[in-house]
Amino acid sequence: MTTQDNKPLTSNDVQLTNREYKYGFVTNVEVEEFPKGLNEDIIRRLSAVKNEPEFVLEFRLKAYRHWLTMTEPKWAHVAYNDIDYQDLRYYSAPKKKGDGPKSLDEVDKEILDTFNRLGIPLAEQKRLTGVAVDAVFDSVSVGTTHQDVLKEHGVIFCSISEAIREHPELVKKYMGSVVPYKDNYFAALNSAVFTDGSFVYIPKGVRCPLDLSTYFRINAAETGQFERTLIIADEGSFVSYLEGCTAPMRDENQLHAAVVELVAQENAEIKYSTVQNWYAGDKDGVGGIYNFVTKRGICAGAKSKISWTQVETGSAVTWKYPSVILKGDDSVGEFYSVALTNNKMQADTGTKMIHIGRNTRSRIVSKGISADESINSYRGQVKILPSAEGARNHSQCDSLLVGSNCAANTFPYIEVKNKTATVEHEATTSKISAEQVFYLKSRGIDEEGAISLLLNGFCKEVFKELPLEFSVEAVRLLEMKLEGSVG
Amino acid sequence: MLKISDLKAKVADTEKEILRGLDLVVNEGEVHAIMGPNGSGKSTLSKILAGHPDYEVTGGTVNLDVNFRARNLLEMEPEERARNGVFLAYQYPVEIPGVSNAEFLRASFNAICKAQGADEMDPLEFDDFLKTKLKFLDMSESFINRAVNVDFSGGEKKRNEILQMAVLKPRLAILDETDSGLDVDSLRIVSEGVNKLRSKDNAIVLITHYQRILNHIVPDHVHVLYKGKIIKSGDKTLALEIEENGYDRIIREHNQA
Repeated sequence: MTTQDNKPLTSNDVQLTNREYKYGFVTNVEVEEFPKGLNEDIIRRLSAVKNEPEFVLEFRLKAYRHWLTMTEPKWAHVAYNDIDYQDLRYYSAPKKKGDGPKSLDEVDKEILDTFNRLGIPLAEQKRLTGVAVDAVFDSVSVGTTHQDVLKEHGVIFCSISEAIREHPELVKKYMGSVVPYKDNYFAALNSAVFTDGSFVYIPKGVRCPLDLSTYFRINAAETGQFERTLIIADEGSFVSYLEGCTAPMRDENQLHAAVVELVAQENAEIKYSTVQNWYAGDKDGVGGIYNFVTKRGICAGAKSKISWTQVETGSAVTWKYPSVILKGDDSVGEFYSVALTNNKMQADTGTKMIHIGRNTRSRIVSKGISADESINSYRGQVKILPSAEGARNHSQCDSLLVGSNCAANTFPYIEVKNKTATVEHEATTSKISAEQVFYLKSRGIDEEGAISLLLNGFCKEVFKELPLEFSVEAVRLLEMKLEGSVG
Repeated sequence: MLKISDLKAKVADTEKEILRGLDLVVNEGEVHAIMGPNGSGKSTLSKILAGHPDYEVTGGTVNLDVNFRARNLLEMEPEERARNGVFLAYQYPVEIPGVSNAEFLRASFNAICKAQGADEMDPLEFDDFLKTKLKFLDMSESFINRAVNVDFSGGEKKRNEILQMAVLKPRLAILDETDSGLDVDSLRIVSEGVNKLRSKDNAIVLITHYQRILNHIVPDHVHVLYKGKIIKSGDKTLALEIEENGYDRIIREHNQA
């Protein structure tokens, strides 16, 4: 590029203004909730409300006791107010009427309406075709669609609470096997107090006939959301899983600390896609979700594959590194990410690829877009252990700056303990230039269209990894977040 | 079609005037060449006609006939100018990474169609349409999926501008130093493309430093721009005179007058 092409935009040329967050409404429902505070009694009560077997309560208590010995990590490139863990509520759920709904059509109308407004119709006649949805509202799953079709194929897709009751042997075997409760501060906290989330089991040789999707909605105030998701793909199976997240606009920060564990056996493939749009706070940085998430998958069997694709556009503070442990020989790990920050958002996100098996391969494509006064950091670790003969990794981290008050950082950590391995890392930083915008405008395209073309061009490699209906949604989300106007 | 009267302009946020009372009338079917030494204001003129925000008009008028009525071009946004048939072929075409030529041109074509009340094209239809244009200009189909101007050679960038012109069919095309940086063969190919697009309904303003492109695209009128004003106009022989004697003699005559 000539310097002329590359002239940066000043904030006067093009401003990315924040359209109103359209998911910011609050639903009025009668709730059952716990008092604020965290102690062993709260955990026992939580476990009792959920009718959990003894082994789960023990898991929770061990995690809680370990958590008490830990301190909150401060190494991420983010700054936020201290979280008072005693000032949070650890359980809030819509009040059940009688025995509770027997089918989705009996779910409280207010809640069905909420999901309708979010574009996730749950009622039988209106539900999305081709996607089975588990809808999680604060601390509970309110229902899962298309159960019948999935059952025919032997696929288990339900809330983790239901899985604990109905399939305890699977939960006992796998929960905590990828992310042990001792893993980190937020994983320990989640292990102690997790409320709901999704559970997926794909039997041997089954290609899941539908995309599976969980939609997480935070509604209650002063309540943390601690979801836990566990996906197991048995030998030779395939599943594509999507998650979406939104929350009301509130002035105080809310904590969301999730744990996601994926297990891919021999020849199995898991494709996990996220479109994260938690409330990010206002333009002065007031309010928004603290999104502190531990996501990790293990390619346990040979020739298995795990692929993370994420579009992160929300949350005030994000701390998230979806990772893959490449244990099986010839297994493949992928990470495709678009992280957009504007206003005063802070994101510290990336991945870890741990190569253990022979000829394991990993690919990292990270696209960070920062605007306004936001800070967007990529943090990634590629670790090749001595056993990983012939392992290969390719990482590409591109940052796009919009305006001159934002920041982008790249923190790659590379550790290679086997000489036959190949590790490549590329990084670029660029700006949307006024010349590019003018060029497109002089061809009849308006400013909004011009910026949308430029952003899509920048994110293309990641968007093409998303399931079709999600990639349309992702493009729309970026356009909505970043609307250009001549200042 | 285009009437520029007493146009004065400067670079925004500076005091130095670059155009100092420029007059020009361009009619349908005409090709005008604007020549001049470096720094005379040639590129500024092209940028101002396209609506570049780095320049500020301080005086004069520019009218463009739209549906037989004169409209003030200077009041239009850049995209509105394009939608009303104004096209600038850039001296330095801009790179748009990740966006294919087909995506870009379809967005542009459809934006213009929509503004003019014509039907928009879907991606498949548009690809076929684009292929006919590539064939017309004797260009390779590889241009369809390549990212706009990314890793293009100098010649390819200029040809890509002419491809855009063929797709968008402007009524008024301003070619800003389209000949600069081109070797003899590329110059011939680009010029042939432009000649194929000449018609009695459109007009071309050719901005150039050198006469050599005018051997290929023969102008009806030639103007010499100097210090922001047109100091001499004539037919194609004026360009030959410049080729032979340089700009000095014309400038001297002008200074004496």
